[in-house]
Amino acid sequence: MSFSAILLGIAIIAAVAFFVGLARARSAQNGSPAKLHSRLGYYGWYSAILAGLPAMLLVAVWSAAEPAVLSNLIKGELPAKIDTLNIAQRGLILDQVETISKGLPKLDADALAAVKKTRLGFAPVEEAQQVLKDKGIVLGSAPPPYAINAAIDLMHYRGWSRYLLAGIAALLALGGLFYSASSIRPRLRARNLVERVMLGLLIAASTVAILTTVGILFSVLFETIHFFQKVAPSNYFFGTVWDPRFSSVGRQLSGAEGQFGLLPLLWGTLFISSVALLVAVPIGLFAAIYMSEYATRHIRDIAKPALEVLAGIPTIVYGFFALITFGPLLRDLGASVGLDIAASSVLTAGVVMGVMIIPFVSSLSDDIISAVPQSLREGSYGLGATRSETIKRVILPAALPGIVGAVLLAASRAIGETMIVVLAAGIAANLTLNPFEPVTTITVKIVSQLTGDLEFDSPQTLVAFALGLTLFVITLALNVYALYIVRKYREQYE
Amino acid sequence: MTLDAHAETAHHVPRLNDPARLRTRYASEARFRMYGIIALSIAIAFLIGLFASIISNGWSAFVQSEYEVPIYLDPAKIDPDGKRNVSRYGLADYTAMARDGVAKALGLPENLDRKTKRDLKGLLSRAVDVQIRDAVVADPNLIGKTIPIRLLAHGDVDALLKGAIDRSIPEDRRQLNDQQLQWVDKLVTDGVLNKRFNAGLFKFGASSQPESSGLVVALIGSLFMMLTVMLLAVPIGVAAAAYLEEFAPKNFWTDLIEVNINNLAAVPSIVFGLLGLAVFINFAGLPRSASLVGGLVLALMTLPTVIIATRAAIRAVPPSIREAALGVGASKMQTLFHHTLPLAFPGIMTGTIIGLVQALGETAPLLLIGMVAFVVDMPSTVMEPATALPVQIYMWATSAERGFVERTAGATIVLLAFLFVMNAAAVLLRRKFERKW
Repeated sequence: MSFSAILLGIAIIAAVAFFVGLARARSAQNGSPAKLHSRLGYYGWYSAILAGLPAMLLVAVWSAAEPAVLSNLIKGELPAKIDTLNIAQRGLILDQVETISKGLPKLDADALAAVKKTRLGFAPVEEAQQVLKDKGIVLGSAPPPYAINAAIDLMHYRGWSRYLLAGIAALLALGGLFYSASSIRPRLRARNLVERVMLGLLIAASTVAILTTVGILFSVLFETIHFFQKVAPSNYFFGTVWDPRFSSVGRQLSGAEGQFGLLPLLWGTLFISSVALLVAVPIGLFAAIYMSEYATRHIRDIAKPALEVLAGIPTIVYGFFALITFGPLLRDLGASVGLDIAASSVLTAGVVMGVMIIPFVSSLSDDIISAVPQSLREGSYGLGATRSETIKRVILPAALPGIVGAVLLAASRAIGETMIVVLAAGIAANLTLNPFEPVTTITVKIVSQLTGDLEFDSPQTLVAFALGLTLFVITLALNVYALYIVRKYREQYE
Repeated sequence: MTLDAHAETAHHVPRLNDPARLRTRYASEARFRMYGIIALSIAIAFLIGLFASIISNGWSAFVQSEYEVPIYLDPAKIDPDGKRNVSRYGLADYTAMARDGVAKALGLPENLDRKTKRDLKGLLSRAVDVQIRDAVVADPNLIGKTIPIRLLAHGDVDALLKGAIDRSIPEDRRQLNDQQLQWVDKLVTDGVLNKRFNAGLFKFGASSQPESSGLVVALIGSLFMMLTVMLLAVPIGVAAAAYLEEFAPKNFWTDLIEVNINNLAAVPSIVFGLLGLAVFINFAGLPRSASLVGGLVLALMTLPTVIIATRAAIRAVPPSIREAALGVGASKMQTLFHHTLPLAFPGIMTGTIIGLVQALGETAPLLLIGMVAFVVDMPSTVMEPATALPVQIYMWATSAERGFVERTAGATIVLLAFLFVMNAAAVLLRRKFERKW
């Protein structure tokens, strides 16, 4: 009996409870709805909740606890020598037991008898393996007799557990049904209970949002701690060489550990982001100034949507554009003036990323500049300043905190950007000041370390989490700082 | 402002109406204005350049070269014992039959030497085998007949017809030798080989040859993921926003939650991929490459967007509506569900569509949870391996073959078209349902 079957049964009882409650409420009102405290529907939901909710909570708790309880029961059946094996082998045997026990119910009587014979030693274990394989349950190796024993017992225990659960849940559900049916009276405040449950659901939904952040932090933190148990933090934070040395057979023999230096990656990230900001900030700022101060309505009506389109293009498209068109263009341009620009250089990735960020800078600055009160402008014009002088000396200083905040937000976006750099920047970690060479960034390395066939516990995979944590902390700090600056220096105009 | 003699003699004070200075100031003004125009033009030039580059590279992906040639389905090869045993059909050499059909169309003699046979085979795609076999399996009565079938041309022939192969390079450095070029020209003149609309782009899954690879797996994967995002992010997001806006007490914890949600909206998407990897795949044991996992990760990413948009929409509903509802006896929950949320619905819908648009274009988190998969068959459930449209673009972009470059650009055009339609829908909906309080 599966959990979903039990849940279905509870749902059916709850549905019946709904109609019973509705009927009782209808009969209680005796033709005049004003006698009831709540509207009719609420009595139905009241019954359904009383019938269904406790039972479903029970099923949830049971399904979470069942695996642990069952495996504890089974452990007693396995011989003591299991504990001397290492974690991987023990896990393998436990998995085998699990697989067999899930497969046994699918066997017909003959096959089951054949398997049972092997557990007492009357037949070789390979037979059991073959029987199971015929029914579609594949085992990696022939299971030892005690495993088959344990599996059969596990199957029994699980069956008992499910029947027990079904029984208690049914009792709870039916009990709720009868209680609610008997308690329905005109003065019963059904709506209040139902609304309290709804409020609980709303609160649960809000908790999901918090759980996401907590989940991000904890999962990444957990794996990062694993990583730092294998690689010294000083190697990571202060290392200047990135050479993960993917594991090979000779790793233990050669003794050469990978080098996981963060600095070349951090440098690459900051280098490319600064190039991007160098492109985006002047263009974005001037575009914003022009659109808010100088442009006619026609120009604004075309320019603003155009910039929004720039913002809406997925970054993979930018990356592809950089790979196919912009990189070779820069390389050919460089060749024609005698410079050796690589096709995937800092300049390629930086400029394309800058173009991607322009809408961030321009639309945020546009809002901020428009928010500066007209009185400041008019005062300046009244003193005889030209438009550009007003902008340079009055408006921009007034809008400066907001603009700085916008730039910081754009920077955080640039730092966290992945697809453009994966396609357009290189993968060789390079500590260089030359913008014509390829460098790589933190995000590229996260992708390349995880899109491979590596065991999850190796430092090569875990370093991706350390990199992710670094990235998360940097962008979080930038965002918080941006918010802080905007709030602290914001002028309060009346 | 008074000028006193003291100041005048102390240092050179510029005269108020000095024409030279005025000219400088006006020139500076004109320059400044020019900077603004230049900045705007650069941005728009990049936009146009981007679209031009993608479209020029990609439009040719929507046509594909095919041969329309009669093929004799030799029963001796397909069904020698006459028992119509379906499992035997796969063993026949359909490529040889196709090759013979093309040879006949070229007017070549019956018995050809090895080199000619190999050259002929080089004109056909490797997928031709499957194409003919599928036709036979669909209708076994065709065995023994001569039927016209449309066969995919080899990627190199396709590239040649689209002008990507340079005929002037010496023969040993070219993909197609002189004899093959001659044949191709003859077939084109005879009308046997021509370019048609590439329906395969929307029918095939992944393949190692560009001519037989398509987007169907990516499209279905993206569809599943968008559905998951909508089913998860919208109810949870609206519920959370409604709670935070209407019911939550204004204390430290709710402030923290608000800061939290705003920060989540700015977290780089790759971090969500790490979360998905650690929690959904490692901890919960969901299958890698399943569109369910992708949908879950994208839903978590879209959640802050939906929450923020819903809060703004709820805030825009005037308090008078709420107070009127409370005044006629509704409870707070009833006010929320019967009055506030329906009125905030357009804003919520717009926010959802914007969130979906962002989720559709996301690649980085999907790379980490293993959606870089070579999937040939259409996935039928959310638990089967699939891929997504932007991930497919990424996978094709990293292949060097010419045919894949044009397909990557073609897939990009499809993606941009979807995004355009969704954005247009959002704008239209916003304009239609917008209410001015």
